[in-house]
Parts: sequence; C-alpha cells; structure tokens
Amino acid sequence: MAAPMLRWGCRGRRWAFARVDGGSCHRRGAPTGSTSNRIRGESSVAQQPLHTAQKTRKGEHKWAAVVGLEIHAQISSNSKLFSGSQVRFSAPPNSLVSFFDASLPGTLPVLNRRCVEAAVMTGLALNCHINKKSLFDRKHYFYADLPAGYQITQQRLPIAVNGSLIYGVCAGKKQSQVIPKTVRIKQIQLEQDSGKSLHDNLRSQTLIDLNRAGVGLLEVVLEPDMSCGEEAATAVRELQLILQALGTSQANMAEGQLRVDANISVHHPGEPLGVRTEVKNLNSIRFLAKAIGECQLPLLVSFFLLCTMSMRDKEGKQDYRFMPEPNLPPLVLYDATSLPAGADPQQVINIDQIRETLPELPSVTREKLVQQYGMLLEHSFTLLNEVGLLEFFQNVIKETRAEPKKVTSWVLNTFLGYLKQQNLAVSESPVTPSALAELLDLLDSRTISSSAAKQVFEELWKREGKTPGQIVSEKQLELMQDQGALEQLCHSVMEAHPQVVMDVKNRNPRAINKLIGLVRKATQSRADPVMIKEILEKKLSL
Amino acid sequence: MLEVSAALKQGQITPTELCQKCLSLIKKTKFLHAYITVSEEVALKQAKESEKRYKHEQSLGDLDGIPIAVKDTFSTSGIETTCASNMLKGYVPPYNARVVPKLLDQEALLIGKTNLDEFAIGSGGTDGVFGPRKQNPHSKNEDSDWLITGGSSGGSAAAMSALGSATGGSTRNPAAHCRFVGFKPSYGLVSHYGLILLVNLMDVPGILTRCVDDAAIVTLLNHLFGLADVSKLCIEIPKEYLVPELLSEVQSFWSKAADLFESEGAKVIEVSIPHTSYSIVCYHVSCTSGVALNMARLDGLQCSHRCDTDVPTQSMYASTRQEAFNDVVRGRILSGNLFLLKENWENYFIKAQKSATSHLDVFLTPTILSEAVPYLEFIKNYIFTQAVNMAGLPAVSIPAALSNQGLPVELRFFEHAFCDQQLLTVAKWFEKQVQFPVIQLQEFMDDCSSMITQ
Repeated sequence: MAAPMLRWGCRGRRWAFARVDGGSCHRRGAPTGSTSNRIRGESSVAQQPLHTAQKTRKGEHKWAAVVGLEIHAQISSNSKLFSGSQVRFSAPPNSLVSFFDASLPGTLPVLNRRCVEAAVMTGLALNCHINKKSLFDRKHYFYADLPAGYQITQQRLPIAVNGSLIYGVCAGKKQSQVIPKTVRIKQIQLEQDSGKSLHDNLRSQTLIDLNRAGVGLLEVVLEPDMSCGEEAATAVRELQLILQALGTSQANMAEGQLRVDANISVHHPGEPLGVRTEVKNLNSIRFLAKAIGECQLPLLVSFFLLCTMSMRDKEGKQDYRFMPEPNLPPLVLYDATSLPAGADPQQVINIDQIRETLPELPSVTREKLVQQYGMLLEHSFTLLNEVGLLEFFQNVIKETRAEPKKVTSWVLNTFLGYLKQQNLAVSESPVTPSALAELLDLLDSRTISSSAAKQVFEELWKREGKTPGQIVSEKQLELMQDQGALEQLCHSVMEAHPQVVMDVKNRNPRAINKLIGLVRKATQSRADPVMIKEILEKKLSL
Repeated sequence: MLEVSAALKQGQITPTELCQKCLSLIKKTKFLHAYITVSEEVALKQAKESEKRYKHEQSLGDLDGIPIAVKDTFSTSGIETTCASNMLKGYVPPYNARVVPKLLDQEALLIGKTNLDEFAIGSGGTDGVFGPRKQNPHSKNEDSDWLITGGSSGGSAAAMSALGSATGGSTRNPAAHCRFVGFKPSYGLVSHYGLILLVNLMDVPGILTRCVDDAAIVTLLNHLFGLADVSKLCIEIPKEYLVPELLSEVQSFWSKAADLFESEGAKVIEVSIPHTSYSIVCYHVSCTSGVALNMARLDGLQCSHRCDTDVPTQSMYASTRQEAFNDVVRGRILSGNLFLLKENWENYFIKAQKSATSHLDVFLTPTILSEAVPYLEFIKNYIFTQAVNMAGLPAVSIPAALSNQGLPVELRFFEHAFCDQQLLTVAKWFEKQVQFPVIQLQEFMDDCSSMITQ
C-alpha cells in the first residue's frame, strides 16, 4: 500500500514542481487524449485513477468530499475574442495569429460581439443574473504560451453571476432512478485562452503554438455543492449538453474545447472542510469522475496529505497583480427597458431579445420526449447523453409505423448495446435509422418474430449492405402466415409428445412453454410464439 | 509649413531637393543624436512621387512633400522601431501605427524615427545633446527630442514637424526647452493604435511644430480658420501652479500673458485645482503600474531581444529583461509591480485612479518651472504637465518670450476634452500677439557648426 502512495505522491510532487517553476498552475492547456500534443506531467495526475481509493474498514470514520469545479469552454465563434484571427482546430502551427495575438507592441484589443452574445446566452440558460455592466481585467503572470505576459479576463465584475445548474444523478437498485440535483453557479466570465506549449523532452525545449492564443473562453465557476466524482461528472455532462444545444460551444473535451479543473477537499461529516486541493486540466468526463473518486468511499488521509504537501508550494501564492484592462471600456448590455431609443441594433446587445431566441434546452427536450413518447425519464437522459442518439431515435420514429415504446426499447437496448460492445459512436454505426425503421415495420406487421428480428439486426450489423427485407427473404425468416399449416404442426407435435400434453393439462405452468418451444423448433422458428400459444391453448381447451 | 507648401507648389524648390537638404542637415547634426533611424530610401522615393504630383499639379493635401519625423515609439511598417531600447533593437514591425498612414495619405515624407528616452520613460536613458545654444541634455524629462534637429533646411523656412507622444509631458517639455509649439491632443482624439504604449490611459500622440498652424494641420488635418474671439474667453489661472521653485522671470511672463488676454477683453480669474499636488503621486503610481504590465510582453520570446544563453524559460526571462532594459525602465517595472500586488492594490492603485480634474475653460500656466534647464534640475519639470495627461485633456505649449539669458519661456494652455480646435485658435491668437521669433534654420545651422568647432 505504501508503494502506490509514494509513487502517487512523487508524481504529484513533480507535477507541483513543474507548476511552481513554470507558473503553470494557471494552465488551461488541453492535452488531448489522442494526439501527441500532450503536456506530460500536467495531465498525468488527472489520468491516473486513484490507486488509493479503499473500501471502508470496519470502525474507520467515513470521509466526505466536497467538490467545486472551474470549467473552461471554448466559445464557438469565427474569430477570436479580441482579434480577427480565425478560430479553427488543428490548423498548421502559428498560422492563425494576428499582431495582437502575438502581442506585438502597440496593438490593441477589439471585443468580439459573438462572444459576448454567447456569454449572455449561456448565462440565461443557467438562470444567472446578467450584469448590465461588466469589466475586463488583466491577470498578470509569465509563461511562454502567454505572449502578452497577461491574460485579459473578468475578475472584478463578470458578465453573469448567481445561477444554477440542475442535473440528474442515476441512483436506485439498477441505477434506473434519476434524482435531480442542483449546483450553484458562482459566475460566468469571458476570458482569453492561452497558446499551447509542446514539450520536447528529448531536446529539452518547448515549442509554442499561438493558434489558440486569444480564443474566447467562457469560464463557468461551480460552487462546491457536489460530493463525489460521479456528481461532478454528471454536472459537467449536463453543462456540455446545454452548451451544445445553445451552440455557444462545441464543448468537445477530446478536442480541448471543454476543460475542467476540480477543487476538492475532504472532511469528516460535521467537521470543517479540510485543505483544498486542485486537479487541473481534466480532459474527459470519465477521468474527471475517477480523479475525484467515488461516493461513499473513504479517501486515505495520507494521500491527501501528500497532495496537500505538494500543493503547499503553489499556495505560496501567485499574486496575479490584477489591473483593470485600460484598452477596453466597461461592457454595457441593455434590455428592453434600458435600450436607448433609436439605437443601432448592430451596436448594442439586448438581453431580452437573446432570451426570446434561446434554443430548446436539454431539460425541456427530455420532458417533451417523456410527454410525447411515454418513455421513462431515465430513458430520455440516456437518449440525450449519447452523442447523436437522439437524432437517430427521431429519424427512426419518423420512418416507422411501430410504436414509440418499441422504438425506444430497440434503440436503447439493442442498438445501444451493440454500439457499446464494440465501442462505437452513433455516427459509426453500420445500421442506419432507415434500416432499423424497416426492420421495426416488419416486426410490427408481424412478418417476422422478435427473435427473427434480432437475427436480422445482427446481420445488418455486419455491414454487408443488405436491407432487412433482403435478409429476411434470404434467410427465410418470415413468419408462417398460414394458420392452417401451423395448426397442423401443432397437432403433430402434440401427438408426438403426449407426456408434455399431459403436463399441460395438469396445469404445469412450464409445460406449455416446452410445447411452444417444440412447435417453434418444428417450424424452424418461423412461427410467432404468440400465435402458437393461442393455437395450442385452443386445442387443449385451456 | 504653409510657406513651404507654397514654395513647393510654385516650384521654388522640389520635394526631392527639400528632402535631400533635410537628409544632409540630419547628417551634419548627427552629434545631436536626434534620429535613431533615418529612412533615407523611403523618404527619397516618396519625394520623387511627390515631385511627379506637383509637376502634374495633382498634389494632395497640405502635407504633400513635407518631411516629417516620427518618434521611435510609433510602429512603422518595414522600418525599425526600437523605443530607444536594446529590448527592441532590430524589431521591424509588420504594421503601421494608425497615425502614420494618415500622414502618408497626405503625402508627407517619412524622414526618420527620432530618438527618445528609453521607452519614453523619463530620465537617464539617452544622453544626447539637444537643441540650439544649450548643452542641456535633451531632457531626461520625458522624452523628447524631435525634430528640431531633424528637419528641413533649405533656403526658405521649411516645415519642421514631428510626431511625438505624450504620457506625462513628453511633447510639451521638449517643446518648452527648444522653443517649439508642443501640442497634446485630447485623449481619444487621435488613435494610439501602433503607438508602443507606456501607460494606456494617458498616452497620446503629440505634435511638435514651429507654429500653431502647423500643429493644427498635422493633428486635425485641417486649417485653423480664424482666430479666437478673445473677448469671449475666460482664462483661468490655477494658483497651485505658483510654486516656490518657479523662476521669477517665468512668473512675470506668465503674468504678462494674463494681462495680454485681459487687455483684449477676456475675463481672467484665479482658480484653484485642489488636487494638483496629489496628481504627481497618482501619476507615478498609474504610470509605473501601466508600465509594468505593458512591458510584460517583452519577454524575449516573440519579437524582442533574447539573451543568448541556453537556459530554462524563467531564467531566460530574467536575463533577457535584465540585459535589454535600462535602469529606469527596470525601476519603473519593479515599482509598478509593487503597486499592483494584492496587498497594495487598495492603498495605491485604486486611490490613484480616483484623482481627476474638473471642467475648465482655458487654463494658462507655465510649461516648466523655468527656462530650459540644465540636466540636474529636470526632475521637477513634469510636475506641471502630467496632471493634464491624467485627465486626458488637450494642451498646447507655445514659446512666449525670451528670458534674460536668451532662453525661451513657454506657456501652456489646456481646455475641455475634445475642444482641441478652440484651444488651438486661442493659442494661435496668443502666438500672433507675442510674435516670438520662430527658429530660423540658417542661424541654427551656424550655431551648430560653431558648437562643433568649439
């Protein structure tokens, strides 16, 4: 046990050292999981699951964790927050850098309207109070990927404050119950992103790419109302969905468009909070949950002591020397009552107008699904949580005659099951919505049985380009439609198995199923078991 | 400038000749260290084009063919811009400051980049000699030195104008020392995009010329029509500016100037600006804080000097900045950082921001404490000028008289924000009344040669 802790502690220490040295405690760099642009050492902490999560030993006190989050979301806009350079992922290094982004002396910032609108939309969607006047500040620290030596942010008076985010945590025996929880939002502020540092340990050098320097970010600060990794992860997922629904950010964590820093402290319930530790630059929801830890499991004190020891270096406090940004006037927003008469709509932002044009939020979408299709709330959560699944579902619904409940069941169980098994995204699915719709139609019209349908689905998954209809005819999976022939078959089976018939007559409940099974076998599964049962029951006069 | 323009139009002198005369004068007066970069090729090329236009009578604007120099804090595309610092030695900006193309659109010739104190932070930096008849260093005051030494030459009085910048008094001080008209426009009137800033809230481009008309033409790109109606003016004399260090001669000229206005029917009253004595302190805090943060980008990574050693980033920052900034700049950066620390924020920075001057009519004060002074006493000089910068008001300094020692005394006017036009008309009227001898090039040249031979 000591060994993993020490290893963990060492890693943490090295990381903290790197942070103190480079002032990298402010890093919002996005080490992406799949590319090689990874900042080693900085994300390593985040990616390691807690070795030290231990089950409660009898008699030991339980620990409770308190988690707050700082989430940085890249604003989805054509150009950067204060300059006209384009915003694009994966462009050649240093190809999207204007004079202002490079901090050439004498250049000045110009605020991007779209970014302000994005901030207002996000604030409204999160029930925040929008500050009609907000201010910009300079946060000063030296780091290679911060060319100006300061970041323009909104520390004193941000654009939105005091909101809330409602998210649903799965609980209950089968995790099938959804419990709504709320986390308060302290503030939302506009700020600049930094460039990227690419550490080349082999040559002991760091390469700087300023493409990302100056891109607009929304920083959403969540109060420490969460108590474990799962809650934090769920809250982040919900925020992601909201941002995507609004269109204010693509919030793709793998591409670095959404980055999370977690502030965690532990304490015994009832006692004051312990020292706060910070885990930065988490780039996937799964890692977020793991890094923070599971509910109800105690976290070893020593682990946190080690963490806090390394954090202590950081807490020697970096003084950011905040100063009001002199090149930007206060940001003034209007609403319907305060809008000056004759104001040019191009020159002002009207909060009320933005409120009226807000797109549908995920919570509303889920309610509609429940209302419209009679599905359970948890199903609506699943549909929204999986990228592209809702669209797939809606496309199937459009094209099929089958009942929505059937569709729900097929999409969430069969379809999703196959995806998960092969670790595919919805967009990579070999089965198209039309194909599934056709299949469900066949099922609905009782052309095939449900087990046959499953077989067809499996064939579809093989990506051989055949339609469900083709597969059905090839494999001769059509249900026997001929009632008479079926009756005859039943009759012959009954005659061949008098003992089973006797059992049925003796009210053995399982016997009928055996009989049905035998008939089905005789029909090579081409008979609808429901029909078989009906016929048998009639014959046996049950 | 109007005379020169007329001369050019009439063909008395061609733009190329004018340009070449300027260039040769610059070469002769090199000992004055007025220029950091002389853009000879660019200027001659522009002169040739101007000549073509005059030949075909297509001249554009009043500045066509007039050589103008620009302080080395303005970014000039393709021409080295150093701010007189090692940190930016060799830095060639890829873009122009906003004011530069405005002048070039009027077909002025960009003759070179003039010298200054490092980063326009007063004192200590450059040690050039400045101005005629004096051995005083061109002001360690704030910066300086513009065009007097540069400039034109030629048989007729040629235009001498330059673009400067003013944070605390940097246009008016040198003007005062060298008997020029120094004009600081209202904050916001002239774009400072591309001006390498000292303190964002106060820096503006400033103009140095030989007469008020020229200042108007360069700044407003418009003629001044008519003179001020002096009888309707209210001239205010702030009593806080009557400090003990003020030379009695200057005081008497100040008084005479006030009388002059009164005799023409203006109302002259004494007023009080109570926070004047505090403004210097506030200025210091704001200035140093601004400097600290503006200099943060000069870390050796992007466009500035970088030390040679192969070291970790933090050490590189330290060495680079140590090597390339002089003492003054470093001192200001350190002070600024001190004021901005969380614990000092409330006490220093916030309080400094609260100082402001009130609305005024036209104020009349001396520009500096005495006539052009020797090196050691310069420090107090920007006491007068910086308050106006903090308030963003326009001000103009014009030569008023010659003192007993033959050195010029300057008086200063300042006004409501954005009343630059009115301010200049008042100044023009005063200039006319005073009839201060405008600096003549020939005599200046003679003086210089005599200085060299000494």
